[in-house]
This record gives sequence, structure tokens and C-alpha cells, in this order.
Amino acid sequence: MPTLKVDGQDVTVPQGATVLQACEAAGAEIPRFCYHERLSIAGNCRMCLVEMVKSPKPVASCAMPAADGMEIKTNTPLVRKARQGVMEFLLINHPLDCPICDQGGECDLQDQAVAYGFDHSRYHENKRAVSEKNMGPLIKTVMTRCIHCTRCVRFTEEVAGTEEIGAVFRGENMQITTFLEQAVRSELSGNVIDLCPVGALTSKPYAFAARPWELKKTESIDVHDAVGSNIRVDTRGAEVLRVLPRLHEDVNEEWISDKTRFACDGLKRQRIDTAYVRRDGRLQAASWAEAFEAIRMNMSRLEGSQIAAIAGDLADAEAVKALKDLMGKLGSPNMECRQDGARFDVSAAAGWRFNTTIAGIEQADAILLIGTNPRVEAAILNARIRKRYLKGHVSIAVVGPTVDLSYPHEHLGTGPEVLRAIADGSHPYAAVLKNAKAPMLVLGSGATARADGLAIHGLARKIAETCGLVRDDWNGFNLLHTAAGRVGALELGFVPGQGGRDLEGILEGAMRGEIRAVYLLGADEIDMSQLDGAFVVYQGSHGDAGAHRADVVLPGAAYTEKNATWVNTEGRVQQGRRALFPPGEAREDWTILRALSDVLGKRLPYDSLAQLREAMADDAPLFTVVDAIMAAEWAPFGAEGAIAATPFASTVSDFYLTNPICRASNTMAECSALHSGGAEKATGTHG
Amino acid sequence: MSVKPAGAYEQPKTFSFTAENQAWAEKVISKYPKGRQQSAVIPLLDQAQRQAGGWLPRAAMAMIAEMLGMQMIRVYEVATFYTMFNLEPVGRHLVQVCTTTPCWLRGSDEVLSACKSRLGIDVDQTTADGMFSLMEAECLGACVNAPMMQINDDFFEDLDAAATVKVLDALARGETPPNGSQSGRQNSAPAGGRLTLLEPVGES
Amino acid sequence: MLADKDRIFTNLYGQHDWRLNGARKRGDWAGTKEFLAQGPEWIVEQIKASGLRGRGGAGFPTGLKWSFMPKQSDGRPSYLVVNADESEPGTCKDRDIIRHDPHKLIEGCLIAGFAMRAVAAYIYIRGEFIRERQQLQAAIDEAYAAGLVGKNACGSGYDFEVILHHGAGAYICGEETALLESLEGKKGQPRMKPPFPANVGLYGCPTTVNNVESIAVAPTILRRGAAWFSGLGRQGNAGTKIFCISGHVNNPCNVEEELGIPLRELIDKYAGGVRGGWDNLLAVIPGGSSVPMLPKATCDTVLMDFDSLKAEKSGLGTAAVIVMDKSTDLIKAIARLSRFYKHESCGQCTPCREGTGWMWRVMERLVTGQAEPSEIDMLLEVTYQVEGHTICALGDAAAWPIQGLIRHFRPVIEQRIADYKTSRGAPSRRPEAAE
Repeated sequence: MPTLKVDGQDVTVPQGATVLQACEAAGAEIPRFCYHERLSIAGNCRMCLVEMVKSPKPVASCAMPAADGMEIKTNTPLVRKARQGVMEFLLINHPLDCPICDQGGECDLQDQAVAYGFDHSRYHENKRAVSEKNMGPLIKTVMTRCIHCTRCVRFTEEVAGTEEIGAVFRGENMQITTFLEQAVRSELSGNVIDLCPVGALTSKPYAFAARPWELKKTESIDVHDAVGSNIRVDTRGAEVLRVLPRLHEDVNEEWISDKTRFACDGLKRQRIDTAYVRRDGRLQAASWAEAFEAIRMNMSRLEGSQIAAIAGDLADAEAVKALKDLMGKLGSPNMECRQDGARFDVSAAAGWRFNTTIAGIEQADAILLIGTNPRVEAAILNARIRKRYLKGHVSIAVVGPTVDLSYPHEHLGTGPEVLRAIADGSHPYAAVLKNAKAPMLVLGSGATARADGLAIHGLARKIAETCGLVRDDWNGFNLLHTAAGRVGALELGFVPGQGGRDLEGILEGAMRGEIRAVYLLGADEIDMSQLDGAFVVYQGSHGDAGAHRADVVLPGAAYTEKNATWVNTEGRVQQGRRALFPPGEAREDWTILRALSDVLGKRLPYDSLAQLREAMADDAPLFTVVDAIMAAEWAPFGAEGAIAATPFASTVSDFYLTNPICRASNTMAECSALHSGGAEKATGTHG
Repeated sequence: MSVKPAGAYEQPKTFSFTAENQAWAEKVISKYPKGRQQSAVIPLLDQAQRQAGGWLPRAAMAMIAEMLGMQMIRVYEVATFYTMFNLEPVGRHLVQVCTTTPCWLRGSDEVLSACKSRLGIDVDQTTADGMFSLMEAECLGACVNAPMMQINDDFFEDLDAAATVKVLDALARGETPPNGSQSGRQNSAPAGGRLTLLEPVGES
Repeated sequence: MLADKDRIFTNLYGQHDWRLNGARKRGDWAGTKEFLAQGPEWIVEQIKASGLRGRGGAGFPTGLKWSFMPKQSDGRPSYLVVNADESEPGTCKDRDIIRHDPHKLIEGCLIAGFAMRAVAAYIYIRGEFIRERQQLQAAIDEAYAAGLVGKNACGSGYDFEVILHHGAGAYICGEETALLESLEGKKGQPRMKPPFPANVGLYGCPTTVNNVESIAVAPTILRRGAAWFSGLGRQGNAGTKIFCISGHVNNPCNVEEELGIPLRELIDKYAGGVRGGWDNLLAVIPGGSSVPMLPKATCDTVLMDFDSLKAEKSGLGTAAVIVMDKSTDLIKAIARLSRFYKHESCGQCTPCREGTGWMWRVMERLVTGQAEPSEIDMLLEVTYQVEGHTICALGDAAAWPIQGLIRHFRPVIEQRIADYKTSRGAPSRRPEAAE
């Protein structure tokens, strides 16, 4: 713990801290462009120069390790002059085209020029012009504005692990580009837009859309995967213009995936803004009353066992709770929240949570990935595994398809036989897990969404127990979900009740005429053709597969349009906030179910969000605490049983098109077309 | 570097080392510690450039990236950073006239204009027959033998206009002119003969 | 005048056989095994006692530098890296060592490498030295074949590899950390310091980077004794040094002489004097392009060593003496250097990337006089804004020649501007900024 003097004030910082961090701890503001807490230190912008007593030259504080007895001055004429000089150099070849620059109003260069720069230019030569570089449909480039801080280069190399962006040529001709201007393929590419301190890399879909001060900013939660990235939704009027990351150290740090960021144009398209009722084989616009009446007509005569409900991937916990209670009142045990057909045991929470937690990955020293490609299923979580890899001394192994995960790993095999060998100790990786201090496994839906899922779930538990993955202070057993609504629904028990049918049972029942009515709460990923014989209600926000098949469509709210709760794959309860109102007749989803319950004569016992949330907490105590992890108690789960030799396959085939919102997004369609085949094929040397 | 090729050219779709170069490359890679094979990128790019006739096709960079386990952009960064890599075809004889101050003081202007008029091209151009490309180079490290030029692997030193033209003429005729000092002096010794190291001295 | 018997580089001009046989006749590789038998500590002490200062430009005491290397390995190997990326305009001394006395360098690698407990020496030679590289490789191959390096080098029981590596055209790779980056297969961009190479160098291992000449003189220092070497030259500036004399002299040449030799004697005695006589001298850049120039008045008396030149606000640098007579357009001579630094800036850090281009462009206008007198001071300020603010010393190197020019020849620049205005018959138009 070195103690040093900053501007005459003593400050003690942790070992390994830099002078810049010491200055900040002492309350001295240090301007910077290239330095970023989460990237390696480049020291190239020279904006953070400070005076160090006994050093003949000013030192770059971002790169200088703080040492005992150092004396730092941040506010001397020498420092001011150095900053002014650097600022002037940065501006001489900068176009100063702020009026037409999307970074305007949120530009580090602008802000720091005001604070630290000259008020005029002494540069009378011609300015450098740099041609734009294609980086694909997401990142717009105006490279003349680039100040060569290399944050984008370091991000793709270090965090994304794709090494796609580089600085080619040298001296004043140095240019940031991808090889031959290929599109950036990383699922995390949009983060370079946030990292760029100037307007060189900006959002292409958001180009010239708005100025930051025109936007209403709402803090919310992402639903495009089960990570629960913290986001900020920027709206103007009735339109979401962009989505940005919000800092959450334990979840997404300050990154979001490209789907989280860029699928927001999907919120404007294919929207269901009024109710529909199928008449003469065609869906026709209807009033709420007409739609409810159609449902009542078709459902009130049915036995509970003839009714089923499926909760979709984006469903919020409030709506799921309301639907579950409604199903209870209708006497139906046929509830399912696993559209992908996953068959893990739901009896113990520890069996379906990501118990290690996302931040906990950083403690692991052996990571076994089973039937999952986290890079496309949970890109942000994958970045955490890569972060762990970069710290060194970790063994990462995969059982499943061979994929480029953005970090090196051992491929142990493709199917369940490897798991069996690990479980019985005959596979060498069993010893790796046993000898590790903090071993973890991640079971993906590719391993559970199959007929023998329960047995595989059990086999994975056996590995966890025999290889020491579960201790008092460590739980290395993890299920990685792909759907934002999944864990919330599981916590609320939106699973087959006593004698109830699971997904396969519901679909088979519908085929055989045993299930006469199916309620789809935003469920679009199932095979709709199997519902041909049933009366189908679709409640949701987008005209996708479910609405297409439905007999009655009820207009619901998208995730940006409701105050709602989601539980991420770790079991973290998080609340999204309404950034704008749902379009047209659409309503927040739980209120639709509450209204429908009246029509059906099965009134649900809550009239406000607060009452509903109380009821949720009664079902599952974890809903009482927002943004915390309540560790799940280890308990037996899974089953013995026959296991097929079939290799595991990831359930996500196209990162960009996993739900109705991104399927409605032009931006995502463009990405999908460009990177067809998904990330599996994307290695740097291809293309 | 940016020399204008004589005409249209195509990037070859594929590139692979000859068996001889492949063996050579593997030997070079083995000079560096295990896992540090990236160290061989400059020598390998250089060898690929020689094999391709003086320039570095993209396919060659891709092959080397693959060989060394590097991403393309990293190889491309290297290929664009160092001036000896030519990203487009150059003439059979790449004439690089040093014009940095020590050579300039001793008449590099004269050498450069002799090259221009003898070859009929300007700097950064290639003759129509593809025989010569002309470039200005930064200090090549033969300053006491200034002015000088480098043509492919050889230095030609102590030049004036006439000596320059003589060298170019010889190359044009397909001959191999002697490299080194064109005024006939002994390497970096003063003209007229050594003033030191006159007696054969051994060390005690 | 240094006696031939006290010259280290006895085949400087390539008048003898450079191969192993010839080298042995000149005394190379004699008693190497015995030197090693005295142990690393002893060798470092000898080099310290000799007063040898680094011959690459900075003049840091070589023995002291070697002593920074870890005495005990923490599991990482140590490396010696030899900087043969000779690229400083005016400098061509290492080239002569490499092609004419390669065995002095190879033997020096073994001795220095052993002294710092290194497992290998990587010699990084500039890419353009192709013939020199071939010759040095042949000499290394000879040394391996004769058992002088490699396993059980010289029968000492010490294993030591000597590996030749080359660049591909980048002056900046002469900066030691840029050289290491390049050697690792990357762009030659200097690293931040700390950590210094002695802690984290090549491949993250302890590394010392030395200039060719510093390494090549080490065997002779051991053979002749530290006292012999320190007895040559001047206090604090011991030994001999190869000087490269280029520019407007009658007979440009390389020559090995004692440090501290008067500049005028060096030029007159070895290079046949200034073209047109000493009085025709205008200025001299005494240590390679990076150091500020000296006007004739200083040249009359200045001594050629680290401290004397520093006292004149210049430097010995690489001891490359660039002589300019009165016919020289000094502004143009320096503008050409500014172009060199702009061309060679790696582009990594802001002041150098942006400043070198700015300085060069202003210099080009000063050549024609198309400028305002106030721009001289502005240019000077820009040089101060670059100097000391960059990651490596290239920024300083780009700034100093201009500072030297303005310091000593400001009236020349002012006259040029005035002449331009007169020739245009009207006050020159001040160009407007683009914004």
C-alpha cells in the first residue's frame, strides 16, 4: 500500500495502482483519452501527463505505477502547458466538424478541449483527411476524427477476443481499420462506439437521429438473453432511438452485446397495436371486449386439463405470475416456460441457476462448458470467461460442438459419453476438476433440450458432486439459460404442475385433441403447426410465429414499455422501467391477464403492481430483494436414465435472430445476412 | 510502401511457399522459443515477398498468418508499418535513392534526377516494361559513402550522375554491376587510401 | 593521434579477412574461455572499471547496465539483445563492424551474455543491411561450427545461442523497446517504461539491449585490461570510438579515435578537412541527426565526447559528424531531417504523431521563406511541446535539430522570410486555418 503525495495531500492506494488512480483518489481530476479502466494501458494520448518531483520530464500518470514517497503535482504551469500542448496536437488534424458529428454533446474531445485547450488554433497547414473505413452495418466511421487512442483496437483484442481492428501504417498516416475493411464480426462490436472518445466510431443505425440532450433516458434491463444486462433506453417521443449499457460490475460491467444495443429498431416494426380475432380464417382487428369475449366463448366450457399455457422467452415475471394464477383458477396444471424443450429437473433451484454467478467466473480455475456456446447464447457472460482466461492459470474445456469461443480451450468431445467418463473418474478431466481450487461447469440448453435431458442433468450433478464443484463456499454447478424470462418463470413455478404436461405433452395433446386451448404468452419459438387442432390465444408485442397462428391476439407491451421484473440466469431479480408507452391498444401484460380474468369470472386478487409483486414474493422469496443473489441450497436433482449418444448442439443457431424483437429488426437482419452461419464460422482468418 | 505498379495487376487467390522456402521458414520459426513463433513474421513476409517477385500479395499474408497463428489484421499491421514491404507489384529492380541530409549534402538531388531521366519515370513510379521502380528512401546507413542508392539487395555508394547512370545501364543490359563504392575507394576508408590501420596489428 | 596498436577495430575498412581465420589472426576469440572462467561478476566489474559508456547514443555506463540483470533466475530466462538497427542519419559504424569484424561482435555477445546470465543473444539488424546480414550469419555459422557459441560455448560449459534477426525498414526499431516489439513480431512501437527491459523485456523476460559497438569492444577490453581502455579518452569519457565523418569534407570516412579528440582535428586529420578549408565551415551536427547542430565558432574548439558536447547543448550521440560548409542551405538541411522524423514516427503517441508533421510543414515553408517572423517562435514552442512529452526519445530527436537551428541561425531564417516578402513585393499572405 504505497503512500504518495498528490498536490501536497497524502494518499494511500492499493499495491499496483497507477499514479492516475492515486490522483483520482486524492480528488485531482486527470484528463485522459486512451486510458480505460477495463483495457490494457496504452499511454499513447499523453493527456494525463503530471509532474513528478525529481523527474525531469512530466510522466504519463496512467502508466506510472504509484510508489511510496512519490510526489505528484497535477496543477502546475508545467502540467497545464503539457495538457494544452497535447490538446492542441489532438486538434490540429481533427476536423472540428462538431455540428455534423453524432458524438456532439457527449464527446470527450469536446469537453476536454473546453477544459484544457487553447481558445484558438496556431495550425496553418492543411489538415489531414482520412478515408472512411467500412466496419459493417453497426459501426459508422469518420476516421478523420480519429485521435488514435486505440481503445477500439484494445477492446476487440482483449475483451472481445477477436483481434479484428488494428492500426495500420505509421506516423501521421496511421489508420484504424479492419483487414480489408471487413465488417467487424464480434457480437460485442458496438462497445467500441461507447469507447471511442471522439466521433470516429459512431452508431450507424442511430446516425443523425438525435442529439443527446433531446433524449429521455430510462434505466432498464435487457431481455435479449438471460444475462440481464443493465441498460439505458434513450427515447424521443414514442420511439426508442438507442440502447446503451449501464454499469453493473457483477453482470455486464459496462458492455452490452450487439443484439442488446442494436435490436431496438425491432421495437417499431411488426408491432401488435390492437387486438385481433380470427374470423373466417383470417385475423381481423377487434376491440378488447370482442377479443376477451372470443376467449371466454372458447375457453370457459373447457376442463382445466384441456387448457395449456406456454410462457415465452421475453416474458416478465409479473405477467408469468398472473398467467400462472389464472391457470390455477382454470384448474390447469399444463404450464411450460421452456420453449426450447429443455428437460432439466425443476425441483431444486440450485439445479437451474447459474450458481457460480457471472462475477464468480473470475474466481474459477477450471471451467467445463457442456452443450453450450456461450459466445452466442450469452455473449456478455462469454466475455467474462475470456476475462478469466486473460488472467491466466485456468483450464477451459468444452464438451459439445467445436466453436470459436474467442479464447483457447480444450475440446474434450461432442457428446454425453465424455460426461459419463468424467463422472466415473475415467476421463483425465475429472482430475483437472478435482485438483482445481474453484472448478465450475456450465450446462447449456444444448445438453438439456433433448429427450434425455433429465438424465444428463443428473449426470452433470454427479460430476459436480464427485469432482468437488460444490462446497460450502463455492457452487460450481451452472445452468446457462438463453431466455430472459426463463428463471423468473421457474422461480414462480411456471412448470407442469401435478399431472401437468410439459412442452412435448402440450404439443402432443394439441395434436391429439386432448388440449383444446393454448395460451401463448409471447411464445413464438415452438412448432406452431402442432397446435392446429387447438384454440390459440397469443398475447405479445410482435407479429411473429405465435400471432400468425393465433385465433385471438392480445396486444402486449415490449420490454421497454412496462415496469416489470426479470430474473437473470444467476437468479438476480432486476426491474426494468417503462421508457415509453406501448403502441395503440397495447397494454402492460399483467394488466391484460388481470382484465381477462374478470371476463372469465376468475378474478385475480391484485389490482396494482405492488399487490402483484407482493404475491410474487409469497411464491418465491427471492422477489423480495432486487439486484441480489440468494444462494440456492444444494439438493438432489436430475434422474438416472438412458442417455443417447447423440452429440450436443447449441440451441442458438443465429445470434442475431433469437426472438420476435430482433427478428423484426432490420439491423439484426442485416447482421444475420452478413455473418450468416453465426459466430461458429467466424474466425479471424476466414473471409 | 507505395510505388505505382506499371499496370493493372491481380491479387493472386492463393499463395504457398515453395518446398525450399517452406523448409527455410520452418527453420526460421524454430529459432524462437516455443509459442513465440510470431517473431518470425518479418523474416517470413520478407521471404514471401522475394518469392512473389518483390511484393507481398494478400494471400501471402494470409498464409503467414495461418502459419504463425496470427490474426490477419496483426500481419497486415506489420506489413504496413515497415517500409520494405511492398503491397503492390514493383519493378524487377527497385531503385531506392537515399535523400536524407547526409546524402543530400553530397548530391543526392543529382543522383535522383539522373535516375528519373535515365528511367523516364518519376519517384514512386514503375517503368512501362516493369524493369525499374524508383523510390526515395530515408537514411540507409552508408553516410560516409554518400550519396548512395539501394537496388534490391545491394548498396551502390559514392555516386554521381554518371556513376548512377552507369549502374542503371548495366542493370538494364542484364548485367550485375559491382556493388559498394563506385568511386573505387576501400569501403569507408577515406578516398586516396587508409590513414590509419596501416601496419598489420594483432592484439596482444 | 591514437596509435594503431590501440585501435580495437583492426579490420574497420575490410582490408583483411573477416572470417574466423582472419579474425583469430587479429586476436579475436583468444582466451575467451578463461574470461568466462572468471565468472559473470568479474566481467561486469571489468566493464564497469573500463568506463565504457553505451555507444548507441545515450552513453549510459555499460557495466552498470549489465549489473541490473537478475543474478538469480525466477524461472524466466534472461536475454541479451544487440541493437544492430543502425539507422540514425549520418551513422554507419556498426555496418563496418558487422561486415568486417563480425567475430568481435559474436565474441562480445558470448561475453556480455555470460556476464548477464543470458541464455541467448538476439542480434537485430536493420532490414536494409542485406549483404551485411548474410555476412554476419556466415560468421555466426562459423562460430557455431567451431564450438565458440552454442552448446558448451568455447568449452566453458556454458550454453549460449546467438540468433540473427532482421527488421524491415523502421528507424524507430533502434529504440530499444520498439526493437523488442519488432523482435516479437509486432509493429515497432516503443513500450511504456517502467517496466524497464531489465525486468520485463523480450518475451516478458529480463533483457538488456546494447549497441553493436558496445558489445564488440568488450572482448578487447577484457584482453587489454580495463585500465588500458579507461586510460584512453577523457575522464568520464573513456576509450575509443568509431567516428563517421560525412557531408562537406574532402574525404568522408569512418575512423576509430579516442573520445575527446577535438572536432577540428578529427575532420582535418582523417577526413581531409572541410571542403574549401576550415573557414568555409558553417555548422556541424556532431552526433547523428538527432542532436542539435553546432555553429563554426563552437566547432573550432569543441572536444568530441559525451560531456563536452552536452556542455554545448548538443550531444555525442552516435558520433556521426555531419559537416556543412557555407554553401549549405541550413534550413533545407534541417527541413530534410524533419521530413525524416515525420516519416519515421511510429504514430503511437500524440505529440510525435501530430508534432513531427506540423514541424516539417512549417520547416518546408521556412525553406522558401513563406512564413511570418512570428512563426519562428511558434515553431520553437511546438518543438518544446513535443520534447519530453512522448513515449520514446524520437520526439526529442525531432525537436532538437530545429531547436539547434533556431538557436544558432535565427537571423538566417528571418532573412529568408524577409527575402520572400521582398520578392513578392507585398506582405506575405498568412494562410488561414482550415477550420
